[in-house]
Amino acid sequence: MSFSLARFFAVLAKEFIQMRRDRVTFGMMIGLPIVQLLLFGFIINSDARHMPTLIELGDNGPLVRAIISGMQISEYFDIQGDVTGVDSGEQALRDSSAAFVVVFPRDFERDIMRGLNPTLLVTADASDPSAVGGAVGALSGIVTRAMAETFSGPLAQLAPSPPPFDVAVHKLYNPEGRTSTNIVPGLLAIILSMTLVMMTAVAIVKETERGTMEMLIATPVRPFEVMLGKILPYVFVGYVQTVVFLLAGLTLFGVPFEGSWWAFFVGFNLFIVVNLALGFLISAAARSQMQAMQLSLFTILPSVLLSGFLFPFAAMPGWAQILGSVVPATHFLRVVRTVMLKGGGMGDIAGELWALLVILVVISAIAMLRYRQTLD
Amino acid sequence: MSGDKVIDVRGLTKKFGDKTVVDHFDIAVPRGAIYGFLGPNGSGKTTTIRMICGLLTPDEGEGTCLGFDVRREAGKIKERVGYMTQKFSYYEDLSIRENLDFVARMYRLDRRRQRVDAALADLGLADRQKQLAGSLSGGWKQRLALAACLLHEPDLLLLDEPTAGVDPKARRDFWDEIRRLSARGVTVLVSTHYMDEAVQCDFITYIAYGRKLIDGPSAEIPAMVGLVTYRVSGPDISALEAALRQEDGVEQVARFGAVLHVSGTDRAKLDSVVARYRKRGTHEWVEKTSELEEAFIYLMTGARDNFARDAA
Repeated sequence: MSFSLARFFAVLAKEFIQMRRDRVTFGMMIGLPIVQLLLFGFIINSDARHMPTLIELGDNGPLVRAIISGMQISEYFDIQGDVTGVDSGEQALRDSSAAFVVVFPRDFERDIMRGLNPTLLVTADASDPSAVGGAVGALSGIVTRAMAETFSGPLAQLAPSPPPFDVAVHKLYNPEGRTSTNIVPGLLAIILSMTLVMMTAVAIVKETERGTMEMLIATPVRPFEVMLGKILPYVFVGYVQTVVFLLAGLTLFGVPFEGSWWAFFVGFNLFIVVNLALGFLISAAARSQMQAMQLSLFTILPSVLLSGFLFPFAAMPGWAQILGSVVPATHFLRVVRTVMLKGGGMGDIAGELWALLVILVVISAIAMLRYRQTLD
Repeated sequence: MSGDKVIDVRGLTKKFGDKTVVDHFDIAVPRGAIYGFLGPNGSGKTTTIRMICGLLTPDEGEGTCLGFDVRREAGKIKERVGYMTQKFSYYEDLSIRENLDFVARMYRLDRRRQRVDAALADLGLADRQKQLAGSLSGGWKQRLALAACLLHEPDLLLLDEPTAGVDPKARRDFWDEIRRLSARGVTVLVSTHYMDEAVQCDFITYIAYGRKLIDGPSAEIPAMVGLVTYRVSGPDISALEAALRQEDGVEQVARFGAVLHVSGTDRAKLDSVVARYRKRGTHEWVEKTSELEEAFIYLMTGARDNFARDAA
């Protein structure tokens, strides 16, 4: 009653035939990652620009004009037009025709010259903090520069004096601050965990649901042979997805690959195995394909939201970071970013590999306990 | 092997949650016999069959199947048993040939190609071997399933309602095949709802609510049920049938063409009813020996759907 390679290969061959015949699913496994990569790679942008802006002009002097042109050049603000009165400004914010209303008060320039410290009022639709954050940050720089340009000659003492020191910021690993450089490697972690967990979970539950599991169990085939034979095709799918992904990421998005391929390969394989184990655990718990799908979805949301894929991990509250550390995608995400962007090697990702290993052991142990060799 | 019993189990019990599905079930099946397994829906037939071939572990009870312990040697039992599930359980998205080939590989059979070719030829599906199993009709699916579970030449066939949803011609062919197998020494345990199948069996056991009620050679079953039966013929048989159903003492009225078989277990009560109707002189009443037909109908209608009890 030992492991039979012949039976294992029979299950494997059967699984590949079925995969090939199910064209929709097959297309989804290969096509969907490409579509998602293109879509999200180009779309997701944490540095929100081109926010629609309305101006209330109480003054129309050279300083005001300099500030407005500075705002336009910065690309953060798209000046849509004028507005008069507090009410119409608020209305524009409410119906989302504007994200910013900038009010230059009457006699703005004159009051500056008189040293009256007038207020430049910027009202923002801050319901989405990430949408307005970049623009607000850019604003004070724009105003300072505009004042320096406008107040020259006799008015020079009104121009803001430079601070007595310089702050030098070195933006390492992604100097241009492109979101896609960060998002694309992260997407690999998300898409791999999505397809692999779901496919594995569904593939096994499908046998139970269609009644073929009863036939399988009635033959001498060992559970381990079925398990391995059913899972391995999806390892293959994971490889194909990753190759497609790397090709598109490196060429289309110009994402760098600075680090060690070997480290990437090790982390990637470990991550695939963790996902398959998770899929297997779900299939052992679920009674129908529908349940398996739903359970898989529950694992995907934390992968997206808690892993540091979309939001900086360090910015999450402590307890959420603990939750996030349990999510396999968190660690693979770090592996990919460390290796691809920061040029990391095995030594730099050792901690993440250990974490993945621990998760793997725990998941496998639970899955083995739950797996039913009989129909009980 | 205990005597020449292919299946010999005692006290099999299976609980799902707090519901006892099979309750201390015993069965002894001699080699080469066709053993009919009757009972209403939900009576525990499938669960019993699954326990016998090692798919389910019994909560209580013990015994052997093909000389192997049903608790500890399920693996060895599986090598020698052909189990045909109630629902078609082969891959609908694989072709007929691929299915047979897959099963052959599961049993690690030698001369796989020849065996599959032979099975396809036997089935008469050699020229449709590339067709997907899902596109076959119910009758063909059933034949494919039988062929698949015979590939490894099992000593024991467990058939779980094998002919549900199959037309009468295909059913007859199927039973001819079962008879041939039995003649070759293959033991068959078959669960069924159909009378024409029950009469084909050498032995019959009847189960309701997970308990065995009757078990014995087919010929002795009518006596065990203890029915007294009258054969009635005459004019306007439908009206008579309706009237008789209302009578106390008449437990069963079965119509066979233009005659009625009227049965009851209490001879005194039934005889008094018969005496009353005889006096009218409209119909001819003859007492007959109760056959398996009456016993079968009595059993199958007596205990209704076993799921109904839980709903009530």
